[in-house]
Amino acid sequence: MTAALRTELRKISTTRTWWLTALVFFGYMIVMGVIMAFSLVMGMREAEESGGVSSGTGGFGEAVLDQMAIATSVYTLAVALGYIFPAILGALSVTGEFRHQTITPTLLAEPRRSVVLGAKLVAVVPFAIVVALAGVAGTVLGGAGTLLAMGEPTLLGDSAVQRTVALSVVALVLWALVGVGFGSVLTNQVAAIVVLLAFTQFVEPLLRILLAQFDVTESLSKFLPGAAGEAIAGSSLYVSTGLADLLPSWQGALTLLGYAVVLVLIGRFTTFRRDIG
Amino acid sequence: MSSPPAAPVVFDHADGVVEVVGLSKSFGPVQAVSDLTFTVEPGRVTGFLGPNGAGKTTTLRMLLGLATPDAGTATIGGRPYADRSQPARHIGAALEASSFHPGRTARDHLRVYAPQIGVGDARCDEVLATVGLSEAANRRTGGFSMGMRQRLALATTLLGDPQVLLLDEPANGLDPEGIAWLRHFLRYLAAQGRTVLVSSHMLSEVEQTVEDVVIIARGRLVHKSSLAQLAALARPAVRISSPDGPGLAALVTEQGWGPIAHFDTPTSAVIVDRECPAVGEVAFARGLPLHELAPAGTSLEALFLQLTADPGAPAVPGGPSVGGPPAGGPTTGGPTAPTVPGVTQ
Repeated sequence: MTAALRTELRKISTTRTWWLTALVFFGYMIVMGVIMAFSLVMGMREAEESGGVSSGTGGFGEAVLDQMAIATSVYTLAVALGYIFPAILGALSVTGEFRHQTITPTLLAEPRRSVVLGAKLVAVVPFAIVVALAGVAGTVLGGAGTLLAMGEPTLLGDSAVQRTVALSVVALVLWALVGVGFGSVLTNQVAAIVVLLAFTQFVEPLLRILLAQFDVTESLSKFLPGAAGEAIAGSSLYVSTGLADLLPSWQGALTLLGYAVVLVLIGRFTTFRRDIG
Repeated sequence: MSSPPAAPVVFDHADGVVEVVGLSKSFGPVQAVSDLTFTVEPGRVTGFLGPNGAGKTTTLRMLLGLATPDAGTATIGGRPYADRSQPARHIGAALEASSFHPGRTARDHLRVYAPQIGVGDARCDEVLATVGLSEAANRRTGGFSMGMRQRLALATTLLGDPQVLLLDEPANGLDPEGIAWLRHFLRYLAAQGRTVLVSSHMLSEVEQTVEDVVIIARGRLVHKSSLAQLAALARPAVRISSPDGPGLAALVTEQGWGPIAHFDTPTSAVIVDRECPAVGEVAFARGLPLHELAPAGTSLEALFLQLTADPGAPAVPGGPSVGGPPAGGPTTGGPTAPTVPGVTQ
């Protein structure tokens, strides 16, 4: 297992994917942090001018948040909007093997396929931590910088805010494991990326809005993977704007881990059981 | 391997035997491999030959535990590949010459597999030197030529210093110099007592490398022998035709060509085990007018094509048809014989 792990670690470290992902994530989150901090603060000020601060009401566009809600919403943007990055990092660690046919030498060196898949899950973690830190750092940098520039408190000294920031790193790392599982189920690299993008950027947000409309389905939306990820961090734009409720942090972590485990098992008994080549 | 071994390497013979018994595999309606049985001996370079789609790669995949047979067994040293821990230390295999991440350097490609194979990083530079890729060690494989890919694929198989080498089309894309190098290298490995199995869809490509041949077509074994025995099946022959039918028949009888000649028509014959100059001179001496005098023997390549030809296909190379040699056919020997003397497959 140690040998398999070293091989898998080297597979990621010898290509540019992981640091390019971290870099793009970092840049994207700075931009999003600036935009969201700016628009949420402007929204709050306009509401103050027209009298009274209310929180958690109305639709996405008309949301008016207080300072704390603004800070946590902005600092958890990496989880709410950016979890596609660690998910793709994880997926590529499997789909890349099929795209470049390196799955053949991989299974020649280690015919025990469960060992290969297990090593992939473990090996992605350190790189996912780097990617997660880059994304969260980008969010905090862009968000706090904008808050400072606009004369608002950053609240980074607040322990609840710090906890949320730290837990969002955890959520993003779990997303990388979900990515590994997803890639092992859908090994076509282009298809995997397209489906991940479509699901995370379009399908899940839409589902959450739709499910929230009916009492019967409302509680289901908490168990969607994106919502579970946000639950780990304990806050998100969706919650602050009253669009969704979240699970407790630990239940969110278990839910997201559950997705990873189920996907990996499906991958193990489909892709990794079939003939290769 | 970069330095010549001081003492001769001693390998256990039984550990090097590749054995395929009753192997079958179908993909949906396509029967890729049918009841295939053959053995590959250590200490020799064996050619695993057949046209594209004959089932060579499928057989190799089953030998390597990448595909599951429908029936039969495929073992190396008496054990299935996947039953070994660190199998790459015993068996080195290369199935595609493009199994590289284009963003990885040649050295990094080897370094990735080194821990799992069970060798140190120093071994990576050794095998790069062995295959002549030291200069390109730090270049990304995405920019590699086909020949460089073949060399890197071979380097990957050599990492574990394996006793058994299974190489799928290793000469594909190599320049003549590369092929000559590969030939010497594989023979050198076999001379050390290693088992070397080299697949190819062209006999001519490996003719000067292999000592044994296993020929398959449509998933079935069609021939297995040493190359020398196969070559013995290929014989020279001369096609001769004369407007003077009785004169031709008399000449054939007089020269004692009878038992080994046959008449296609009363005015033309194929004379086996004779060359054009000898036949032409005798005819000239006898004043027999000739309308045709042409080589009609079977070259090794033509014999290979005939062995592997699909009986259902329209143009059978070497069959009783007129027309030129098939594309990619024999480079020597001219038109092919109507029949292969001595071969009844």
